[in-house]
Amino acid sequence: MDLYDNQKSTVKIIRDASVNDRIPDGLFLACPYCGVQMYNKQLGPFRVCAHCGYGFRLQAQERVDLLTQSFEEMDADMTMAHPDFPGYADKLARAKSQTGLGESVLTGVATIENEKVALGVMDSYFMMGSLGSMTGEKITRLFEYATDKKLPVVLFTASGGARMQEGINSLMQMAKVSAAVAAHQEAGLLYLVVLTDPTTGGVTASFAMQGDITLAEPHALVGFAGARVIESTIHEKLPKDFQRVETLLENGFVDQIVPRPELSAVIAKLVKLHRVSEV
Amino acid sequence: MAVNIGLKLFKHELTPAEVVKKSREDRFLAREIIDGIFTDFVELHGDRLSGDDMSVIGGIAALNGKPVTVIAIDKGVDIQDKLSKRNGSPEPWGYRKAQRLMQQANKFHRPIVTFINTPGAFPGKTAEAQGQGEAIAKSILDSMKLTVPMIAIIYGEGGSGGALALATSDQVWMFQNATYSILSPEGFASILWKDSKRADEAAGVMGITAKDLLEKGVIEYIIPESRNHPRVFNLIRQRLDDEFTQLNALTPAELLKQRRARFRAF
Repeated sequence: MDLYDNQKSTVKIIRDASVNDRIPDGLFLACPYCGVQMYNKQLGPFRVCAHCGYGFRLQAQERVDLLTQSFEEMDADMTMAHPDFPGYADKLARAKSQTGLGESVLTGVATIENEKVALGVMDSYFMMGSLGSMTGEKITRLFEYATDKKLPVVLFTASGGARMQEGINSLMQMAKVSAAVAAHQEAGLLYLVVLTDPTTGGVTASFAMQGDITLAEPHALVGFAGARVIESTIHEKLPKDFQRVETLLENGFVDQIVPRPELSAVIAKLVKLHRVSEV
Repeated sequence: MAVNIGLKLFKHELTPAEVVKKSREDRFLAREIIDGIFTDFVELHGDRLSGDDMSVIGGIAALNGKPVTVIAIDKGVDIQDKLSKRNGSPEPWGYRKAQRLMQQANKFHRPIVTFINTPGAFPGKTAEAQGQGEAIAKSILDSMKLTVPMIAIIYGEGGSGGALALATSDQVWMFQNATYSILSPEGFASILWKDSKRADEAAGVMGITAKDLLEKGVIEYIIPESRNHPRVFNLIRQRLDDEFTQLNALTPAELLKQRRARFRAF
C-alpha cells in the first residue's frame, strides 16, 4: 500500500488560462455519430468523419457546391405571408440571417456530372429543416417545374418534421407536395430521394418516403416518431442505431447507402439510366 | 356555415380546450357509426403483407343501396379493447390494410368513406421498424392517384399525419366536437414552450376546432352532434349520398385535378 500512499506528486499541473484564446474554435471536432475526436481538416472537403464515414450536417449551399457543376436557383426571392404566431417572425428572421436562405429548402436546376436535374436540398440549419408552408411551396414548384420540363427530381431531405408555428398548414404541405409527386410520377419521371441526417416526422411520413429510388448517407438518422416519444410510449430503451439508415436498409426501406464523396457519381448514373428519350 | 337541417349547431360555444376534452370522449364509436349509416357491412381483414391491425376497421357496405368502401379508425370500446388498439393509434400494417382496401375500391369504382379518430400513428418500436413513415407517405400518395370519390370524416381526434393518411380526400368533414391538428395540444405546448401543462393555452392558439378549420378551408363541412345518434347518422348518410352523386359525375381526370387542387391551395 505504501507504494502508492507515499507518492505525493510534487508536480502541479497549472491550467493555462489563455489556451482558449490561442486555439481557434472548431479546430477539433467530435463526430456526432461515433464520438471520435478529430482535427477539423481531417474531415476533408466532403465533411465526412475519417473514422466512421458519417457525413457532417451541411448547409444547403455547401451541399450544392459539393454536388453540382452548375446550379440555377429557383424562387430565390420568394416570399409568403406567415401565420402570426407569437415569436415566429423573430425565429424566422434569425434563421434567415444565419443561413442566408429564405426558407428551409434550396431549389433549382442543376447539373450533376453532366446530368440535368431539378434539385432540392433541405437545410437543417434553418429552423431544423422544418416543413413550413413556403418549404412545401418551393418543393411543390420544383416538382411542377420538373414535370413540365420532363426532368428528374433529386431531393436531399433533412428535417425535424412539421413546423409547429404554422399548425395545420404545415400538415397540409405533406399532402400538397404529395400531389405534385403523384403528377411527376404519372409523367414517368424519376424521383430520387437522398436521406440525410436527420430526416424525421412529417417529412419522413410524406415526400422522403415517396421516391422511386431512396439513397441515404451513412449513419443518417431517419424515422417517423422521435426516439424519446417511442421510449416513453413503450417503456423500454431503444437499441443503438435503431433509427439509423443502416437499420432502415436492413428493414427494406432504403435502396443503398452511399458515402458522400460518391453521391454525385451514383446519382448521375441513376439519372442516366432513366433518361427520357429526347423528343 | 352550411347547416341545412333543423339541428342547432352550437348550443353554447365551447372553448377550444373544452372541445379537445370532448373530442377524446367516446361520444361515437366506430362500429356504431358504420352500423348507423350503412347496411350490409362486410368486414375485410389484413394488409396481405404482415398482419391485421384491429385499430383500422375496413370493409364494404351499402350506402342507400350503393356499394362503398368504408375504413374507420377504432379506439376500442372497453379497456382491454382500447389497449389492443392503442387507443386508436394505427400500426403501419393498419395503414397498409387501408391502402389495400382503397386500391380495391378503385378497381371496382366504389367511393371511399373514411372515419378518423386517432391521437396519431402509433409511435412504437415495431411500428418504426416496419416503416410507419413510409406507410403514411404511401397512403397519402396513393390517395392522390385514386380515381374514385373520397370523403373523410373526423369524428373525434384528428391527430397529425396519422389522420392525414386517411384524410387526403375530395372532402373532409368534421363532427362538431372533433379536432384536427399537427400535434396534440400537450405535445405542442411541450415542444414550443417546454411545458405540456400549458395544453389548454395551446389548444387556444392552434386553431384545432372544426370551426377554425372550416374558416381556413381545411374542411368542407361540420356535422352537428346530437345525443340522438340516429339523427346524426341519417344526416351523414344523406349528405354522403348527395356528395358522392355529384363527385361521381366528374370524369376521373377532373376528380383528380380537383382533389390535387384542393391541397395545392395551402
